[in-house]
Amino acid sequence: MRADTQSNQAHVYTDYHPRWLRQRVSTYWWLEKPAYFAFILRESTCLFVAWFAIYLLLLINAVADGPAAYQAFMAWSATPWMILLNAVSFALLVFHAITFFDAAPQALVVHLGRTRVPGPLVLLGHYAAWIAASAAVVWLLVRGS
Amino acid sequence: MADRIKLQVARYRPEQESEVTYDEFEVPCPKDWVVLDGLNHVKDQLDGTLAYRWSCRMGICGSCGMMVNGEPKLTCATFLSEYAPGPIRVEPLRNFPVIRDLIVDIGDFMRKLVTVKPWIVRDEERPLSAGEYRQTPQEMDEYKQYSMCINCMLCYSACPIYGLDPKFLGPAAIALAQRYNLDNRDQGAGARMDVLSAHEGIWGCTFVGECTKVCPKHVDPAGSIQRYKLTAALESMKSFFLPRGT
Repeated sequence: MRADTQSNQAHVYTDYHPRWLRQRVSTYWWLEKPAYFAFILRESTCLFVAWFAIYLLLLINAVADGPAAYQAFMAWSATPWMILLNAVSFALLVFHAITFFDAAPQALVVHLGRTRVPGPLVLLGHYAAWIAASAAVVWLLVRGS
Repeated sequence: MADRIKLQVARYRPEQESEVTYDEFEVPCPKDWVVLDGLNHVKDQLDGTLAYRWSCRMGICGSCGMMVNGEPKLTCATFLSEYAPGPIRVEPLRNFPVIRDLIVDIGDFMRKLVTVKPWIVRDEERPLSAGEYRQTPQEMDEYKQYSMCINCMLCYSACPIYGLDPKFLGPAAIALAQRYNLDNRDQGAGARMDVLSAHEGIWGCTFVGECTKVCPKHVDPAGSIQRYKLTAALESMKSFFLPRGT
């Protein structure tokens, strides 16, 4: 009842209970600033990370089911829309990894003895680990062929 | 360069209106004038009813935070000439209820701040005769950055999470908790943990990172929150694998 009374009288005001103005955040707040949009983009790229995880599980499943299933999986993967999806996913995955690494030095404070490791070195460590992991995968693939 | 600049100042007079309106004022624009000088000129010469907060005019008191062209800024450290030829839109800090014109209610932050015990907590105070608590420069460097916070609340204004969920503890309160957690004279980290690692504490933060960008004192609240996430995760792992008393 009281709320109704207030909305009918737009300027209800007393010295001790002034009407404060509360502005609601727009649903489209993430379009207001480039930085907010970059944040939403970074967060939403995790969907494509999830897609690659599912894709890998499907691959493992196909391999386990024998050569016929594996061939079917490879044929499915070679269809144009799958190539497109995986190409887009790969690009967004790289974006995800780079923005994730960029954020790492802010979150990770490493001490060596009494000195604090500078941020750029922490970042370098992440890239070094990424390259090492990629090299290990390449080595596995090359060795197998 | 133009010698005058237009200020579009948000007005909210609760006894007259229920929405924000904008008044336009033309103020002098010498190169050493900041937005706060412009507002003081308005108050002195053009419209004495304009309400806004300010005190030290040198980036220490944290009172004069406002939105300047949509960005949270200390108006005492934001030069008019940077925005030439204008106009400059001055609005109250976002994400806070507006009391009048450019004045917002900061009660929510003040209530949250005390919950993280932003002071040195000791299990047992040493007697005065034992002397001061000594600290090396390295030990001080661990928390000094966070101690620069002036409670200006620009970070709350930049944080979309706080705007969407006012229960979120927020950047400055967490950075100030870290200021004491990382101080080797303090023993209150355990007492602060429940509030910090609650759902509305650090885990509310999704690392938008804008709080750090707008901070006029380079406190890096976003970094402090992410650091504490790591601490809290390690602590919960520890309590899982090494339960106390067994």
